[in-house]
Amino acid sequence: MSQQIQQHDGYSQLAMDLLAKAKRGGATEADIIVADGETFSVQVRLGAVDRLTKAREKHLGLRVFVGKRSASTSTSDFSADSLNQLVVETCTLAKAVVEDQVSGLPEADQMAGEKPDLDLYDPTRLNTEQQIELAKRVEAAAMSMDERVTNSEGGDFDSSSGRVVLGNSHGFLGEYQSSSFSMSVSPIATDSVTGAMQRDAWYDVQRKFVKLASPEAVGLEAARRTVRKLGARKVATQRVPVIFDSETAGSLMGNLCSAVSGYSLYKGASFLAGQLDKPLAPEYVTVYDDGRVVGGLGSRPFDGEGLPTRKTTVVERGVLKSYLLDTYSGRKLGMASTGNASRSVGENPSVGPTNFYLAPGTKTAQDIIKTVKQGLYVTDLIGFGINMVTGDYSRGAAGFWIEGGELAYPVEEITIAGNLKEMFAGIEMIGSDLVFRGRIASPTVKISEMMVAGS
Amino acid sequence: MGELVQLTSFGLTEGEVLGALGRVKVRDVDYADLYFESCISESVSMEESLVKRATKSVSQGVGVRATAGEKTGFAYSDELTKKDLELAADTARYIANSPGGAEAVPVPVRQRPTRNLYPVERAQAEVATAERVSLLNAIDAEARRYDPRIKNVMASFNTEYKVVIVATSDGTLIGDVQPLSRLQVTCIAEENGQRQAGSFGGGGRVGFEFYHEGGRYLRFAREAAREAILNLSAVEAPAGVMPVVLGGGWPGILLHEAIGHGLEADFNRKKTSAFSNLLGKRVASDVCTIVDDGTLPGRRGSLNMDDEGTPTGRTMLIEQGILRGYITDKLNARLMGIPLTGNGRRESYQSVVLPRMTNTFMLAGASDPEEIIRSVDRGLYAVSFGGGQVDITNGKFVFSASEAYLIEGGKVTRPVKGATLIGSGPEILTKVSMVGHDLKLDEGIGTCGKDGQSVPVGVGLPTIRIDEITVGGTQQ
Repeated sequence: MSQQIQQHDGYSQLAMDLLAKAKRGGATEADIIVADGETFSVQVRLGAVDRLTKAREKHLGLRVFVGKRSASTSTSDFSADSLNQLVVETCTLAKAVVEDQVSGLPEADQMAGEKPDLDLYDPTRLNTEQQIELAKRVEAAAMSMDERVTNSEGGDFDSSSGRVVLGNSHGFLGEYQSSSFSMSVSPIATDSVTGAMQRDAWYDVQRKFVKLASPEAVGLEAARRTVRKLGARKVATQRVPVIFDSETAGSLMGNLCSAVSGYSLYKGASFLAGQLDKPLAPEYVTVYDDGRVVGGLGSRPFDGEGLPTRKTTVVERGVLKSYLLDTYSGRKLGMASTGNASRSVGENPSVGPTNFYLAPGTKTAQDIIKTVKQGLYVTDLIGFGINMVTGDYSRGAAGFWIEGGELAYPVEEITIAGNLKEMFAGIEMIGSDLVFRGRIASPTVKISEMMVAGS
Repeated sequence: MGELVQLTSFGLTEGEVLGALGRVKVRDVDYADLYFESCISESVSMEESLVKRATKSVSQGVGVRATAGEKTGFAYSDELTKKDLELAADTARYIANSPGGAEAVPVPVRQRPTRNLYPVERAQAEVATAERVSLLNAIDAEARRYDPRIKNVMASFNTEYKVVIVATSDGTLIGDVQPLSRLQVTCIAEENGQRQAGSFGGGGRVGFEFYHEGGRYLRFAREAAREAILNLSAVEAPAGVMPVVLGGGWPGILLHEAIGHGLEADFNRKKTSAFSNLLGKRVASDVCTIVDDGTLPGRRGSLNMDDEGTPTGRTMLIEQGILRGYITDKLNARLMGIPLTGNGRRESYQSVVLPRMTNTFMLAGASDPEEIIRSVDRGLYAVSFGGGQVDITNGKFVFSASEAYLIEGGKVTRPVKGATLIGSGPEILTKVSMVGHDLKLDEGIGTCGKDGQSVPVGVGLPTIRIDEITVGGTQQ
């Protein structure tokens, strides 16, 4: 143990000291998370710097258990007085709530032993001028592609790096560093006849700077996505096949991810409660959550409670095989944690995805569009019209009307409605175009039928 | 008068603050400010009849900003030493491309806000955890007593106690104490294997006694339970264009999404809003008059001063259908040459100031609410909503009903399942044909997101009739 402590720096020692203080203050168990990092962000608009932000930050979160009672606190003030007070307050707070029989740290023998290096950190440091230049290039590329691109919400470049130290009273102590680099641009196109404006955006985000797409590629894609929306109109209310592009299909995976979260399930607040081992979708649908993808945006060596991350098959050949759980929600459901504890400093652990995705099929998006005589290709979704308890789904949408297997014209100011359970069961085709630009990703997905409301 | 917040509560002297301000306000910087913030947030929550979670967070820091022309340089730090302030100042002024060398800034007159819209004693804000626990327990009992089909009750009580000081290069040094709290209840009802949820909540810049006034916390519990039970019998919502009657209060989220965001000055300065160039033009029917008002006592969206130290005010946005004004912060008011409205807001010291709404509502009209419903042959009556969203540029907005009914032959009949309503911001208010005399402000639950920043807001609406809007149900 002492050997291990020496390998870490001051925050590990700080964590160990506070855990010891919490024990002396009456805690029977405790864990602590320390996170720090630095961020840089620049936004360029119409070729000039619009906003430049730079900062370092740090936070510390303490969770204590006094028997079966628990409380969590956090602070950004690391002075000794403030931390001593925090320990006392946390123990006091824990004593004010009731006992919760399943509360507590994970079992000691379940803690992550080996903590693999998942290649999440890139030490590359760009200077301010280099980052401004990248933001200028991504915007310039978008502005130059088509004369209908007349304005811009700006081109952005962001970089951040940070580290997380997690320790608990079982003697677990883990640490990892991570970084991210991202670039985006949001061009605005104007219809020269009507004067109507449309906006879209494109982006890339990577843990390694060298993997980031070129600013020119990102800018051109943003412009392409924007100008194609010009002239959008409403369509008549009707029931048709609906294809979600990979971005909007990713949001459906996000809905699935919420529905299989242990907390929604034990509260009876998910439409998938009690559906384990039952068919959810056709047999060509398989969904994974994989915390150990090398360089993955959602990867981490251990979860927010120090349990090892892993690859979980959530849906296997159409059957719901696993929920996503942390220790608490797992115990409530009589199951083991899946290593999905997500921890924001100062909050109790909750469940979150690592790299959550729908396994790709073999068809290109083009092939899938060709199968639709009359239908909708969705590229944008807005609003929050999803009832997770029932699965009822109704959201604002925009995209393209499909006629005879081709994208015929852009559409907007319409809604699509159905029920998530029926939508998953109605998945007819899955594209081959899986690309990760976040923790949750999906290839193109075709759903057999949904209600489109328009004029 | 508001409280006189002492710099010493941040461990700083006036000299140190002025020194940092001088360091950032170099020659080509038009304006600079320092925003000191300390915030204590507490939360207690209940589920399964057990109050089993309590959290407390303490954060403190400073945001340093410089603007030069359209450019903003910004840095923040959670350390408040002289060295950290200097480092942040050097970063913020980078955008001005000016050589270093401090410029003298006017010595500010220390001020306190001229009013106190939320005189909550600290002791009231910091009510003992035990009292919060018993409040949540009573909510659980009340909701379950409402109907045995209520199977789970989730409730949380959150408070925030924020102390801020703003020091600006235009000679202001002013502080404010900003309490905020919210009580939220969600019930799950179950019958014959079918489940439904209902939610209700409220709050504001108020003390703990607010929740007890007239048994308000118990009413929240009953309302959440009522909505969950009601939704058990809800039928599929209709799809297509139809007349919609919006009830008073929280349905005012329509105004927030459809026109509020589109009238924020930053989008209009950049000409990226569907409302750009519409000042003085008709954007609503003449029964519509809409204001943004940050001066309502105790309201969730109210502030004694905005986050640039400007007193909040009441801004006429739309007067009898004509677009009259935008919502501004200092940067955008200066660049556009339009009045400063006191709407410069930020989520925390870690975020930049943006023009944001406070409490946005439509003034009462002349129609009888009953009459408005009777005027509809076939349509929707929506009284409660979840969230909404808008695309500023093409003006398309959505908001999602969580409690709605069919109107058939001028009568409110069956409850329908939630559905999203979609429309176009610059057009939708031209289709408002009747405005009720029953203006209601919401209960105090709104949080608005923009550019990744969340700030508390309020909305309000009398009963109104919209002649046509697209309803996103499943039944043709």
